[in-house]
Amino acid sequence: MATTTTIEPGKRRRKPPLFSWIKGISQVLFTVLVTMVGLLFVTFIIGRVMPIDPVLSIVGESATNDVYEAAYRELGLDKPLFMQFLIFLGDVFRGDFGESLLTARPVSEDLIRVFPATLELATVGTIIGVLLGVPLGVIAAVKQGSWIDHLARVVALIGYSMPVFWIGLIGLLVFYGMLGWVGGPGRLDIFYVDVVPSVTGMILVDSLLAGDMVVFKNAVSHIILPAGLLAYYSLAYISRMTRSFMLEQLDQEYITTARVKGLSENAVIWRHALGNVKVPLITVIALSYAGLLEGSVLTETIFAWPGIGLYITTALLSADMNAVLGGTVVVGLVFVCLNIFSDLLYKIFDPRAK
Amino acid sequence: MSTLLEVRNLSVKFPTRSGMFEAVRDISFSLGKERLGIVGESGSGKSITGRSILRLIRPPGILKADRIDLQGTDLLTLSEKQMRDIRGHKISMIMQDPKFSLNPVMRIGEQICEAYRLHNKASKSQARQKTLDMLDAVMIRDPLRVFKAYPHEMSGGMAQRVMIAMMLIPDPQILIADEPTSALDVTVQKEVLEIMDKLVRERGMGLIFISHDLNVVSAFCDRVLIMYAGRIVETCPADKLHEAKHPYTQGLLNSLPQLEKPVDRLEVLQRDEAWRSAPSIDSIVNTQAKQ
Repeated sequence: MATTTTIEPGKRRRKPPLFSWIKGISQVLFTVLVTMVGLLFVTFIIGRVMPIDPVLSIVGESATNDVYEAAYRELGLDKPLFMQFLIFLGDVFRGDFGESLLTARPVSEDLIRVFPATLELATVGTIIGVLLGVPLGVIAAVKQGSWIDHLARVVALIGYSMPVFWIGLIGLLVFYGMLGWVGGPGRLDIFYVDVVPSVTGMILVDSLLAGDMVVFKNAVSHIILPAGLLAYYSLAYISRMTRSFMLEQLDQEYITTARVKGLSENAVIWRHALGNVKVPLITVIALSYAGLLEGSVLTETIFAWPGIGLYITTALLSADMNAVLGGTVVVGLVFVCLNIFSDLLYKIFDPRAK
Repeated sequence: MSTLLEVRNLSVKFPTRSGMFEAVRDISFSLGKERLGIVGESGSGKSITGRSILRLIRPPGILKADRIDLQGTDLLTLSEKQMRDIRGHKISMIMQDPKFSLNPVMRIGEQICEAYRLHNKASKSQARQKTLDMLDAVMIRDPLRVFKAYPHEMSGGMAQRVMIAMMLIPDPQILIADEPTSALDVTVQKEVLEIMDKLVRERGMGLIFISHDLNVVSAFCDRVLIMYAGRIVETCPADKLHEAKHPYTQGLLNSLPQLEKPVDRLEVLQRDEAWRSAPSIDSIVNTQAKQ
């Protein structure tokens, strides 16, 4: 009798879901780690090659040689560059970026204060930009060549080409100075500063948490103009991209299928076509959001908004390297996080990405 | 045989840089509870004819006809909203490539349920049950799995059967199949055709089968229209297709390789300018005269 070994089909063991979860998460963490160490390395090198003597800016021009030497050793500058980098890494992972020369406070404390201001501004700006930009892009695509398409193009073109300081100043002049509809520069009127306890650092959220509607309203009146300005720029970009994604989708055969089924034009556009546009749009929105989170120096300057863009720029101009490095690390971290987040959304919205 | 659909003097034009392009020129035909084949080469206007019946010619294309009559209703007089009630519900269409004609980010079940609930008042669970039955009717082995699957997880043949299920679930009277098997592997073509044929017969529907495959059409249809340059040049019973008289039809037939009669060189179709300008053949079957 011939013996045959048969391999039973369907017996290949599938990996348990927990295992694949852990694998996925550790992959992501590894990517983050590598990217962050790379970023830190670059910022570290920039900090060292800058023609600024960190010792001099601490001890001053007229210090004696002994004082200079002591400060030099204290900063660890006598150690080899590699050791300095490791020490820098260790400090960063403990959240210690050193002290800012300008504010004489730990950089990490400064960042905790300025980043939420930018986060708040960028988030409100992006929300407005998406809420207006996506429908504008969709309508422009659907009514291709009509007056509304041309109007959308003009609106976007102005958004691309007008300098922000000009629109910002005119906006302040008209809506704050002449009409008095919105609050002026700054995050709050002076009477409301420090009224609500700071929990997240975002005044809109903090005032809601404290249940203080008066402060909330004041904060809204202050944020609406700068956020609207940022929203305009992201709207210009988002609406153009939405339009071209949409035109591409409307040419697809599944759109004809949806029409053949007897669906209304609205269902065809907003359910079927936009469902497919969502996928590439995530990347566009994430990129534009990340751009705003970097902090827009001009907007923050005009509106006296104490955000990270203003902080880094001021620090750079006064050779406050600790603050610059700290700010750069935060901006880098934000980019990495947003990338991971948009990858995640990609997987949720596009079944083909699984 | 009663007439389901009657099209009179249909023309479709598209403005181009070099003037008006007439895709379909003054054609008339009727459809009963039969399988009507429309054949012709690429660009002969057969697909446009199919889409015209559903009034799916998008601007800037211009559709003109004396009548498109669906059992006494002139489709041309209907509003867009009334027309939506005809689409899917009374007349449906299956397109060439199932890979592109299903929405890639929606589950199969969702897409079929949507088609059903659009024209029938049904709860979600009723629609779901109906969808599973329909998937079963198109010989899908594991309807539950397919219900939850996305289009990219289907093979071409399966996806086209899903398409058939989706288009037949609201119980239309007419199905337009626009080259339904051209994108499929030869091995699954026959399978898909048989499923479609069976369902169309069972439901007593009219079928317009658009194809460039003369052999499939002659085997599968009852009556054939042959289109050339936007006109109907010949019409004949499908089983008599090989005895067709028009030189264009003969040319098409002769350019096909045949297993039984191998030839060294296939004939090249010689076009005659006169065919283009010849008037269209009226292909309306007068049912009143027959009764």
